[in-house]
Amino acid sequence: MVTALFFLFAGLAIACAISLVYHKNPLYSAVSLIGVLVSLACIYVTLAAPFIAAVQVLIYAGAIMVLVVFVIMLLNLEEDRPLNRLRYLYAVGGGLGLILLAQTFFIFYAVSRVPKQPVNVDETVGETLNIGRAMYTEYLLPVEIVGILLLMAIIGGVILVRRLAQPELTLVVDNELARRNEAEEIGDYRIGL
Amino acid sequence: MEPSLASYLALSGILFTIGTVGVIFKRNAIGMFMCIELMLNAVNLTFVAFSRYYADVTGQLFVFMVMSVAAAEAAVGLGIIIAFFRNRISVDVDDASILKN
Amino acid sequence: MEAIAKTIFPIVVLFGAATIAFGVVLMIVAYTVLAERKVLGWIQGRIGPNRVGPWGMMQPFADLLKFIFKEDIVPDKSTKFIYYLAPIIALTCALMPMIVYPFGPAITTIDWSFLPFGLDEGIERLPLTIGQIDVGVLFVLGITSVGVYGIALAGWSSNSKYSLMGGLRSSAQMISYELAMGASIIGVVMLAGTLDLNGIIYAQMASPFRWYIIPQFIGFVVFLIAAFAETNRVPFDLPEAETELVAGFHTEYSALKFALFFMAEYVNMFTVSVMVVTLFLGGWYIPGLTHIFEMGSVAYAIASFVGFLLKISAFLFLYIWIRGTLPRFRFDQLMNFGWKFLLPVALANVIFTIVIVYFLNK
Repeated sequence: MVTALFFLFAGLAIACAISLVYHKNPLYSAVSLIGVLVSLACIYVTLAAPFIAAVQVLIYAGAIMVLVVFVIMLLNLEEDRPLNRLRYLYAVGGGLGLILLAQTFFIFYAVSRVPKQPVNVDETVGETLNIGRAMYTEYLLPVEIVGILLLMAIIGGVILVRRLAQPELTLVVDNELARRNEAEEIGDYRIGL
Repeated sequence: MEPSLASYLALSGILFTIGTVGVIFKRNAIGMFMCIELMLNAVNLTFVAFSRYYADVTGQLFVFMVMSVAAAEAAVGLGIIIAFFRNRISVDVDDASILKN
Repeated sequence: MEAIAKTIFPIVVLFGAATIAFGVVLMIVAYTVLAERKVLGWIQGRIGPNRVGPWGMMQPFADLLKFIFKEDIVPDKSTKFIYYLAPIIALTCALMPMIVYPFGPAITTIDWSFLPFGLDEGIERLPLTIGQIDVGVLFVLGITSVGVYGIALAGWSSNSKYSLMGGLRSSAQMISYELAMGASIIGVVMLAGTLDLNGIIYAQMASPFRWYIIPQFIGFVVFLIAAFAETNRVPFDLPEAETELVAGFHTEYSALKFALFFMAEYVNMFTVSVMVVTLFLGGWYIPGLTHIFEMGSVAYAIASFVGFLLKISAFLFLYIWIRGTLPRFRFDQLMNFGWKFLLPVALANVIFTIVIVYFLNK
């Protein structure tokens, strides 16, 4: 039963991940990523980690990805432009992908060869009570650090998006448009980009 | 019967590979951001799998930390993307290569 | 044979229970729609629908038939896959929380030995919850927060400016009010010491106040306001503001796809009402009922369930009443209210509760 569920959701996750990279439209990519996140949450449930699964749906799918979708809709992004300058990146990406894939198979092979150790069937590890207890006793310092990190992120986000002086910003955009038109006329794609 | 630890690690490795390739192939800042999230999730899966097979809560706590970092990353990263879009009317990372303006 | 029966039996029971729960909820929702039209009619000095069946009781079915037979129009420039996906996400995410809701106390007095193949082995109680999980509160919050994609994606994929505005507004609104909603629940979770919905009800039974609305009144008010915003109801129905955005995110939807959105909105109302009742009004628990009926008996379960439904109906009526009374917020007012008033109040409530719980446990 658990094996069947694992292969179902693993297949779903991989399919969604491939579609995330394949699609040029950012909103399609976002929907695919949501698919990956939800499948992983289901796998976490089969791994007896219900708290992490719920938090995964709540934080990743419910907050971070809503923000991403919001930004995509707000900026009204078009399709990705084909890569015309850094063409060698395809080779680099493909090579790196192959190396990582080989490494994955090596890990699979190596871990499978280890004589079977008994699965620890302690189902209570993932319960909220145990996670909360560990979080506020043994791992209190990391939790505090993460809290400060989040505070810094909030301040940073506000400062980044704050509009300083409206006229200046429009000027910048005008310049940018003029620069691009000029570059297009000359036909110099290096300046145009 | 349960799937072995190796199969979880394999799934995680495949997802991580796809994420890495995506970061390199995508030219769109939001697309790259999403691929990075995918890589973080692949790592999270190994944490939870190890936590299950060693009956240790530490792995799950680490997942929690990674999620918090991802949330912080989303806040700052999307802020940068919006600020960049305001100046360049584009989220293409190639457009970030020019220091002029 | 016996082995097969024993494997399949729990799955069949779960599927049956889920089907019954979804069916009952959809029936309740259908009559909520009718009640809304009736009550709004009375508020405005009209009669309301009264043509189909006695007192218009068959109106929901007439509406459904009408939705089915309407022409299904798909906008030419829409993004097809996401356009079809959006209403499905909306309704699925609205119905999912039913799986963890406790609809009544566990029944312990039935003798299960009449079941064939020795299926009764190990069954002692019949819990009136489909799946009792450790993190029920987080599950409900997570699923409802995923529900926003239905609206946001519908707005984006229709390729219409009104829809896009509706979708944008709804994602911004959901993110803002979810924070206040989550913060208002923390007080209850701290008092109960569990995230399990059944556990929260039992904790309320054991507490001296009986219902958490008394120690957590601020949390209750914040949760109720945030719940109105989460379900996109008046006065927070900006995603579909008729006077500005035609119909908001579902402008381009017709026939049964529109019906799915419509149902999702009312199922969400029901879902959130159940949540309010469970967290703050003791769920199915009615103080003093154990003096009349024996704990664990069928009669006790039925009485509790009826009380539960009455509490939910009261909240559904409140929804309709407010819709007939209040005007709509402006968008900047909505954001200011959510971030500058509701969230600080909810956080203050959390800190206050922390202090109280600390001194109680000392």
